[in-house]
Amino acid sequence: MSLVTKELKTVTAIKGPLVFVDNAQDLPFYSIVDIIMPDGEKKSGQVLEVSNKQAVIQVLEQTQGLNVPQTTIKLRDQAVRFGVSKDIVGRIFNGAGNPIDGLAPIVAEKRIDVNGSPINPVSREKPDSFIQTGVSAIDGFNTLVRGQKLPIFSGSGLPANEMAGQILKQAKVRGKDEQFVVVFAAVGITQREASYFTKCFRETESSVVIFMNLANDSTIERILTPRYALTAAEYLAYECDMQVLCIITDMTNYCEALREVGTAREEIPGRRGYPGYMYTDLASIYERAGRIIGKKGSVTQIPILSMPDDDITHPIADLTGYITEGQIVLSRQLHRSGIFPPNDILPSLSRLMNNGIGEGKTREDHRPLSNQLYASYATGRDLRRLVAIVGEDSLSEMDQKYLKFANDFEQQMINQGTENRDIEQTLDLGWKLLSIFPKSELKKVSQKLIDKYYQG
Amino acid sequence: MTEATKGKVQKISGPLVIIEGLPEIRVLDMVRVGDDKLIGEVIRLEGDTAFVQVYEDTSGLTVGQPVEDTGAPLSVELGPGLLGNVLDGIGRPLAEIEKASGAFIARGLVVPTLDRNKKWDFQPSAKEGDEVGPGDVLGTVQETPSTVHKIIVPPKTKPGKLKSLKSGAFTVTEDIAELDNGTKFQLMHRWPVKQARPVQKRLDPTEPFITGQRVLDALFPIALGGSTCIPGGFGTGKTVVEQMLAKYSSADIIVYVGCGERGNEMTEVLREFPELTDPKTGGPLMERTILVVNTSNMPVAAREASVYTGITLAEYFRDQGYNVATMNDSTSRWAEAMREMGSRLEEMPGEEGFPTYLASRLAGFYERAGRTTCLGKDDRQGSVTAVGAVSPPGGDFSEPVTQNSMRVTGALWSLDASLANRRHFPSVNWNLSYTLYFPFLQDWYDENISPDWKGCRKETMELLQRDGELQEVVQLVGPDALQDKERLILESSKMIREDFLQQDAFSDIDASCSMNKQLGMLRAILSYYNQGSKSLERGVSIEDLLALPLKESISRMKEIPEEDIDKQVEVIIGLVQVEMDGLKGKQKAAAAATPA
Repeated sequence: MSLVTKELKTVTAIKGPLVFVDNAQDLPFYSIVDIIMPDGEKKSGQVLEVSNKQAVIQVLEQTQGLNVPQTTIKLRDQAVRFGVSKDIVGRIFNGAGNPIDGLAPIVAEKRIDVNGSPINPVSREKPDSFIQTGVSAIDGFNTLVRGQKLPIFSGSGLPANEMAGQILKQAKVRGKDEQFVVVFAAVGITQREASYFTKCFRETESSVVIFMNLANDSTIERILTPRYALTAAEYLAYECDMQVLCIITDMTNYCEALREVGTAREEIPGRRGYPGYMYTDLASIYERAGRIIGKKGSVTQIPILSMPDDDITHPIADLTGYITEGQIVLSRQLHRSGIFPPNDILPSLSRLMNNGIGEGKTREDHRPLSNQLYASYATGRDLRRLVAIVGEDSLSEMDQKYLKFANDFEQQMINQGTENRDIEQTLDLGWKLLSIFPKSELKKVSQKLIDKYYQG
Repeated sequence: MTEATKGKVQKISGPLVIIEGLPEIRVLDMVRVGDDKLIGEVIRLEGDTAFVQVYEDTSGLTVGQPVEDTGAPLSVELGPGLLGNVLDGIGRPLAEIEKASGAFIARGLVVPTLDRNKKWDFQPSAKEGDEVGPGDVLGTVQETPSTVHKIIVPPKTKPGKLKSLKSGAFTVTEDIAELDNGTKFQLMHRWPVKQARPVQKRLDPTEPFITGQRVLDALFPIALGGSTCIPGGFGTGKTVVEQMLAKYSSADIIVYVGCGERGNEMTEVLREFPELTDPKTGGPLMERTILVVNTSNMPVAAREASVYTGITLAEYFRDQGYNVATMNDSTSRWAEAMREMGSRLEEMPGEEGFPTYLASRLAGFYERAGRTTCLGKDDRQGSVTAVGAVSPPGGDFSEPVTQNSMRVTGALWSLDASLANRRHFPSVNWNLSYTLYFPFLQDWYDENISPDWKGCRKETMELLQRDGELQEVVQLVGPDALQDKERLILESSKMIREDFLQQDAFSDIDASCSMNKQLGMLRAILSYYNQGSKSLERGVSIEDLLALPLKESISRMKEIPEEDIDKQVEVIIGLVQVEMDGLKGKQKAAAAATPA
């Protein structure tokens, strides 16, 4: 790259967030350019397509004020980079990686491409350390482990943020004293949500790095916000040996932004107008969770998304579910019954649970007990539908027990409010709830465990 | 390479790069693009312009950078050193990439698939002066303690007389033999991945592919050399099923293709397989496994290549006379990669934006599976069994990838979210799944398992079918409204569902189940049903039958070790007899007591 970069004054069209420039063959693909407005103000843009005739540039901010004859394009950098150093801990940035907390600018130790590089699967360490969140519904049934990506599937009006806030306050790795840091990326959230999280951060002891793109900030910037956050997370985890918990909310806003850009580029849309490459794009965010062999740190992700119309088959939730290692699903029905957290464990899942539980990690009865509680709760829930038709009296005695169990389970196990339970409390409560059944009904736990723990 | 053969980049749009100045380039030729020498493949030619799909990230590429034609299509190296290896989509070993670029993958790395320095001990089996042609075995290399790697004359070689044949330690590139017509052989050869390797003859699928999974072996078996697709929404356990097949199935060699899936999942396979013991050989499972990995954040264009690389490796081991299974997790990601390239090429889209050639590509892929007589004079037989996971968006099976896969594969193992939600694993739905191979396999079961097998399977399927119908009634009116006979069907099929079909992948004993144990378990459950039906006829009440203590023995059958199963099943069948006879006694007693 030569030191003197050409200034291009050959803008031919401006469509939505896209600027079309002629004679731009020198611009590298995906590089970052300065867009100098007629009044001298600078904006950033990224090259999305380049040929010997023209380049397509995506403006990363509002396009208001740009015009065709006077706008100038100038190459700034080969890629979008974020200047990192240990000092970023405790700071607040905007969605484009600039500090907005009024403190001094960061003296960057190095500048890293925010798109990151894929982790070589051979270099990945198996995620197997249990993270205790203090929430029974997660610890007991959909256990979170270090290096996992476990999203929360929420809906409008459901308390996903409160749940994330609780995890944030309570999460710890048992028996270990390690540096723990939260990287928080707000993607298009409202001021109200933002102030909730800011309040949470004040109450937690962990250090926090915050990236804020609020609902009234640039839409296109949203595409970069999670990437800035993950670049910070990777730096802190793999170069500063920290355990990073990365919370990204709300991924639905991210996908909306992706769709907006896709449409502006006149791409052939996929399902519900979202671009066909949304799977790949989301993967490039979610896959940045993990652990690396030989490094002490880890990146654990909890992305939050709102399912439009509570529809789990909506492309955003669907594609996320295919990439992440499970999901925590919130239920409107539980929420209405006043249960907090309203976590519906039946459609929820943690794929890495088995790696993080059992003897030496949690307790030897964890897996079978959780399977048994699951199965019994599912049976009870099925019976509720039947009761609605035939009435409770026509059920067998055993079926009535299942029905009672399902209610007790929701009221005592799931509904824990803001209490912080350790894993033993959760498991013991599970055995207590199961005690209404005779031993022979507990098919998923072995005889040995029944002898040791059964309380009936 | 001369200056004349260099082209220039004209346009860059994501993984699609348009180049000019290589008039003699052929379709599917591999090219090196730009200063970083990114690997790409020519997919369309228009006059002097070539469209290239690049297998690596194209950020930073500029118009005008040079492009080299390698003159050959995307090929994979075949020879000793493949087993136990982990390759990326275009055949580069990930461990070597790690050495070159650290924990994060860099671009433009040139790493050969096979280690160039390692020497292999070659034992010739042919003799100098032998007439040899494609597929003939020149000799062997003991690649792992359990696997003998046959060095064969590559397909499409002109036959000739062996002029020289060496013995001893060689690297994969050293000459080991020469024909009188001048053709030289090394331990390795290359094969273009998109071309099926030729065979002598294709055979009928008459032997089952034993999986160790009860629901698959008993209800929906596939044949060695068969193909099946596993559609299932997220969280239904596709990956666990494929991993169980890789661990416990009857194949000699496993090629596991992780196509656009999770990095952590591949890590699990990578960490777990070397520790697991292969039940057949006693060696580590990894010694019979090859992993081809393109995780979801690795370049999209290499996804298609990973599927073809996988099946080519499978065919190569088939040609040596092995039974090979290839698992592809997931074919939907491959289809999506096709869709993405299609839309960048501005092709007219078909259903749901997928290219119209989706169906023919899928068909072409699954047809590379099969049981065959391989090339070569000794008429050895080998097979490739293809298993493809499908990830239908929203769990909706009417989408094109699922539908087209169902049309070309011989079996469907349909995974069900509602079963998975109640932790019924493997969540194979017995009402929707099917197999077309069973008629071909019947004789094999008669000879190798038991003449009973067919009958047991049929009875089990019927019970499940009746159960499905009755469950609908129960949903409306409750179980009490059913007749006693029907309630017995409900109870027996509940046993089949919970005590037979459910299998715990994480249990030491239950993870894999022999055909013999499966037969024993079915016999025990069916004896409960048949004896129960007889008891009902005698006037025994259903409540008494449902309360029998032997039910607990049946529910714990899964935990019985293989070696005790025959004895234990006899005990349970005996219990059924004794306890039900006991009920009869009570009835008589009641009848006798009434007149008094």
